[in-house]
Amino acid sequence: MSTPVPSPPPVQLLTPDGRRTDHADYAFAGDDESIRALYRDLVLVRRIDTEGTALQRHGELGLWAPCLGQEAAQVGSGRALSSQDFAFPTYREHGVAWCRGIDPVKLLGLFRGVELGGWDPEAERFGLYSIVIGAQTLHAVGYAMGIGLEGAVGHGVPDRDEAVLAYFGDGATSQGDVNEAFIWAASFQAPVVFFCQNNQWAISVPLERQTKVPLAQRAQGFGFPGVRVDGNDVLAVHAVTTEALRRARAGEGPMFVEAVTYRMGAHTTSDDPSRYRDPAQTEEWRQRDPLARVEAYLRSTGTAESFFADLEHEAEQLGEHLRAACKALPEPDLADLFDLVHHETTPELAAQREEYRAYRAGFETEGVAR
Amino acid sequence: MSATAAPTRGSIAKAINAGLRAAMERDDKVLVMGEDVGALGGVFRVTDGLQKDFGEGRVIDTPLGESGILGSAIGLGMRGFRPVVEIQFDGFVYPAYDQIVSQVAKLYHRSAGRVKVPMVIRIPFGGGIGAVEHHSESPEAQFVMTAGLKVVSCASPHDAYWMIQQAIASDDPIVFMEPKRRYWETGEIGDAADPLHVSRIVRPGSSATLLTYGPMVRTCLDAALAAEADGLDLEVIDLRTLSPLDLGPVLESVRRTGRAVVVHEASRTLGLGAEIAARVQEECFYSLEAPVLRVTGYDLPYPPSRAEEEFLPDLDRVLEAVDRSLAF
Repeated sequence: MSTPVPSPPPVQLLTPDGRRTDHADYAFAGDDESIRALYRDLVLVRRIDTEGTALQRHGELGLWAPCLGQEAAQVGSGRALSSQDFAFPTYREHGVAWCRGIDPVKLLGLFRGVELGGWDPEAERFGLYSIVIGAQTLHAVGYAMGIGLEGAVGHGVPDRDEAVLAYFGDGATSQGDVNEAFIWAASFQAPVVFFCQNNQWAISVPLERQTKVPLAQRAQGFGFPGVRVDGNDVLAVHAVTTEALRRARAGEGPMFVEAVTYRMGAHTTSDDPSRYRDPAQTEEWRQRDPLARVEAYLRSTGTAESFFADLEHEAEQLGEHLRAACKALPEPDLADLFDLVHHETTPELAAQREEYRAYRAGFETEGVAR
Repeated sequence: MSATAAPTRGSIAKAINAGLRAAMERDDKVLVMGEDVGALGGVFRVTDGLQKDFGEGRVIDTPLGESGILGSAIGLGMRGFRPVVEIQFDGFVYPAYDQIVSQVAKLYHRSAGRVKVPMVIRIPFGGGIGAVEHHSESPEAQFVMTAGLKVVSCASPHDAYWMIQQAIASDDPIVFMEPKRRYWETGEIGDAADPLHVSRIVRPGSSATLLTYGPMVRTCLDAALAAEADGLDLEVIDLRTLSPLDLGPVLESVRRTGRAVVVHEASRTLGLGAEIAARVQEECFYSLEAPVLRVTGYDLPYPPSRAEEEFLPDLDRVLEAVDRSLAF
């Protein structure tokens, strides 16, 4: 057995017990008001996620992929995006979706099975959820190449230059597509940030099966910098991602951010982590909860109790809204799907659509319930 | 850049090159990308001279990875570009298979029509050039059976010139199958293009109907010429569009002749011939004088090149099938 390469300590700006710390290279630029805003995001994203799991247990969703434990990685990076930047998610980026302004009911719709996409990627600057592991990283690089071809980088104008944020996990780093994405990004100096949420588990397979070196270290071999950040520290994630995106927009090329975090829940609601991981490990990570440390910090610096009470109330209301809206989602109609296969549909699909409609109409004329 | 004059004659390879050039002159969002498409001009020289004239930003030599080519082209398409990607040889398309069937093909549908994917995937396909493994395959049926893709194949310089431009102008992703062993065949290039998704009778006849596309169009025309000596008058239809199929001319023809033989290089099982035979019998059952027959590659991995002449349909195999049809 080869000796594992030691991991450098991740960038941390807020300790698990809620104390601010300094780092030589990265600093969180905001004040306590902006930290309260981030905390609000964290609490509401956790509520969306909790509701997703509960709705699946109640039979309202076919599946849910929880982001429990990864809220800081997602909110910290999502809030580092400028409005003109573009993010390409996996299927677990509920916190990033929240930051991009995607209605969480749309996320429920995907897992309920009423549609396959849900939003306009170009308008929202947020790609569709991607389930084939790693495939979206190449789309992110291509999009970033397009930004480069259009010359929309390197002007030093903050609201004009653009960057792309590509999300993926530790398991995805073993995929060919992700490695090709690294190569393409380096070769074309694409303005893309690779944001890896290393949540330690690819369903049941631990990180050690995916890699023998710290993931961030791989970036060097591809020709761009990599940095490890405490993925449960929303301030550190925000600071590091902000800097990585700044570099990209400035035309300095890609960067790899490894957010070291933990999947507190199951891979999805169909999974059973008790079959493959030690509860002691989960308990250990529970002590590094991404929400608790921000709450501890805010309480220690004098944030009023009413802020927390109001936020709890807001979360309750969001939960109620999501439960009602999920059940009210309209059912898809198969007949509508035929015209959405091609921009210019084909006579064959038009014929099959009519065949299906006629078949269905036959039941209606005979008075037989569908 | 002033528009280059349309060619009036040339090879299929030169015609595609001229078509690419015309599309790039017309729309500066059109990009050509792939392996060796730049200074080399592609291994078949189909992109010859384009990088010199349009620059490295529009004719992009990519790193060597087919999935990377397709995946990055999707992102470029989302950004508003119109990528024309080259897969160097048919047998190299499989590393890009997920990006094509799960990503390119589904993006318009998954986004409920919000994301267009105006991409052309050029694939030189088929055998007959004495190549090593993975350089002679006919994977078109795999893309035909993938919902969300359109598939076309040219068979003449005229169609090559016009169809590549029409495919690039389409807002849907199109797999563009190029008959590599016919790249060097020359012919006239007219100034009137048929629509992209139509089939065409390339030789009218009355004894039986040969249905084919791509490299086998030439083979079937040669067979029809040879059959004249036996007093047979064979009709040849170039399908041109494989997905969607345009079976109007096919059904009309089979109703007249009562006999149909489908010819393609691809293996038999679930090849285009299977779908065409099914549709012809559904639509022309009472007009048929014989079962629809198929002349195809065998259900083998593509053979070593010194055996490919036996594997590939040729004039004799086509005429043997016609004889069987007529004798039925």
